[in-house]
Amino acid sequence: MKILVCISHVPDTTSKINFTDGDTKFDTNGVQFVINPNDEFGLTRAMWFKEKQGASVDVVNVGGAETEPTLRKALAIGADSAIRVNTEATDGFAVAKQLANVVKDGGYDLVIAGRESIDYNGGMVPGMLAAMTGANFVTNCIGLEVDGTNAKAVREIDGGKETVSTTLPLVIGGQKGLVEESDLRIPNMRGIMMARKKPLNVVEPLDVNAETKAVSFEKPAPKGAVKLVDADNIDELVNLLHNEAKVI
Amino acid sequence: MSILVYTESENGKFKKAAFEVVSYAKAIADQMGTSVTAVAVNADNAESLGNYGASKVLSIKNDTLDKFNAKKYAAAIAEASKQEDAKVVVLSSSADSKYLAPLLSVNLDAGYVSNVVEAPSSVSPFTVKRTAFTNKAFANTEITTDVKIVGLSNNSFGLVESGGNAAVEDFSPSLPDSGVSVESIDKATDKVSIADAETVVSGGRGLKGPENWGMIEELAGVLGAATACSKPVSDLGWRPHSEHVGQTGKPVASNLYIAIGISGAIQHLAGINASKVKVVINTDAEAPFFKAADYGVVGDAFEVVPQLIEKLKAFKAQNA
Repeated sequence: MKILVCISHVPDTTSKINFTDGDTKFDTNGVQFVINPNDEFGLTRAMWFKEKQGASVDVVNVGGAETEPTLRKALAIGADSAIRVNTEATDGFAVAKQLANVVKDGGYDLVIAGRESIDYNGGMVPGMLAAMTGANFVTNCIGLEVDGTNAKAVREIDGGKETVSTTLPLVIGGQKGLVEESDLRIPNMRGIMMARKKPLNVVEPLDVNAETKAVSFEKPAPKGAVKLVDADNIDELVNLLHNEAKVI
Repeated sequence: MSILVYTESENGKFKKAAFEVVSYAKAIADQMGTSVTAVAVNADNAESLGNYGASKVLSIKNDTLDKFNAKKYAAAIAEASKQEDAKVVVLSSSADSKYLAPLLSVNLDAGYVSNVVEAPSSVSPFTVKRTAFTNKAFANTEITTDVKIVGLSNNSFGLVESGGNAAVEDFSPSLPDSGVSVESIDKATDKVSIADAETVVSGGRGLKGPENWGMIEELAGVLGAATACSKPVSDLGWRPHSEHVGQTGKPVASNLYIAIGISGAIQHLAGINASKVKVVINTDAEAPFFKAADYGVVGDAFEVVPQLIEKLKAFKAQNA
């Protein structure tokens, strides 16, 4: 089985979010970038398929050279080789188009992407990629087993979960649950050394026009101070929630 | 020309989000000088969407659509969209709508923007405001394709009753082979889901152990709320992952969010930022959550929560 894991290069979850150039660009100054957490759960599941079922695992990112350390980290975790599509990730559609090209060239059976990136939260790349490549698609995936060309996946739905059966080729939108948090791997020194020798192929992009454009960013309006209620006066809290906030 | 909106139902009954997306579609239709056509699948009372601004409802009755299937639903909505010459297609932010949206986008060559929180600031160019960086910011985003797909963030626009009437037409789209079939569904029918909840009661590590969740569930019961938890709580296995809210868990956009024994890590606050009113109960007055909350109680959850349950019961009894 040939697996491709899509790796988004995103600000660490603790990052303060600021913008530059008249609020048109994300300010990367002082920001640490990591593998998108939803992608990392998928990568870890892919490692399981590699170790237990002999799958090969490639990773891919659409982005500039600055994303290579994130791809190297994925290699250090255990992916076999990496591909970087050398273009700026403009919108979900353009990224999906570039990835579809990589998937077609590589003949992948299973593509695992995060259900969404934690920066732009579009949540559209896996589904678009599936539609563009004619693969089956399951998102919000919290469980995945593959047997030959048959797959069984568990999808989180509002208020529960559903189990589905499908076949390869398949695109998965993964998230926490695909593996547990405690299964995530911190690259060890041997992995890091080996990752330096693994191939990281830079491929030139297709000519694709984006369908959407972020014209400006803004931050939420600053919040007023919290209204404190004495722990002995919970009547007052009920009163405030009813008469002032009008939420009960 | 029209604005098309997909309205979700469960066991024949429209979800609240269905009325919200129709209200939103009506606002866009007014801006663009056109009307709203809704698509409903196996829903009763399709005409009730008229009250929120739909002029027409394409009503699909098909047993094979009883269980949600993203590919089939996307194909049905795409066919409706072409038939109605839709310029904008409006969806909710439910798990199912977010599942089908990218498929629909490719099918219609339509640019898709999710997590939209307001009516378009402009319809030419078509510009909407969406959340980004998991609620830490907003992005004003232009859709440049001829047909546009807008995913409305639940509970961001509200319901607007316009008191109109909708003409209901039978609609029988052709459906593709799905490739994905549902084997089983495991869903608590007696509980409110976080996505649909108006109120969410959430517990953190301050509750000391899973055995203390009884009062969280009781409080949620009194309020008709969904229960949720912080990341450490789900990582420790005290509560299921499906209750984890925050940046890597579920986003919450409820009217009222009550955080009990949650200190308020930046990732947690990001995930719940879209909630309208936030209440924090925590022993530590320095907990970061107090900076993000509207109302706070510095106190021991084991004393405050039982009191709150009692007072709310009295309040409910009085206002029943």
